[in-house]
Amino acid sequence: MIPFLTGAAVALGVLLLFPLYRIVAGPTLFDRLLGTAMMGTKTTVLLVLMGFAAGRADMFVDISLGYGLALLVGTLVTTKYLEAVAPGAAPPSDEAPARTESAP
Amino acid sequence: MSLQDLLAAVLVVAGLLWLGIGGLGILRFPDFYSRLHPAGKADTFGATLVLLGLVVHQGLSLLSVKLLLVEAFILLANPAASHVLGRAAHRSGLVPWTASGKEGR
Repeated sequence: MIPFLTGAAVALGVLLLFPLYRIVAGPTLFDRLLGTAMMGTKTTVLLVLMGFAAGRADMFVDISLGYGLALLVGTLVTTKYLEAVAPGAAPPSDEAPARTESAP
Repeated sequence: MSLQDLLAAVLVVAGLLWLGIGGLGILRFPDFYSRLHPAGKADTFGATLVLLGLVVHQGLSLLSVKLLLVEAFILLANPAASHVLGRAAHRSGLVPWTASGKEGR
């Protein structure tokens, strides 16, 4: 079972390339943030798989839980910051509706 | 290979398949709002399947309870993060993509 879980961890590491491409090439800032959130979810699972592959799963599960917590807080704080500070984070386009409220 | 290991392997492979589908979706969907869909649902379900497979592999112990805790946290956090991202994009004026190129109502 250990070689199988190691292979699963390697496959999940390869799957991390998909959101990484979205982070690098995302057209808008929110695409990059979404890729970051998705990469964090995959990394949370990857940490648990690595723990089973390394035989230290009890330690790696705690690391995974802390990583997931930091990821959620980071996403929430960044999006709240963007809502408050950067109303022009969307790409400029002719069809964009005009903002009725001004950012503080 | 025991039945327990077989079930765990099936769950882990199915979870990896769902995580891969989510990654493919975040590559192929046309705009940000539709990309929220694989990131919010397919990824959460894939992580749930992988962690359930590891719980089956581990059996009943403190470690499996911790694994269920991680899974409950992912179930809580991932849709919340997607929702907050979508709301921030909407409030900052990101226009949804339509096939005609115009903003549909």
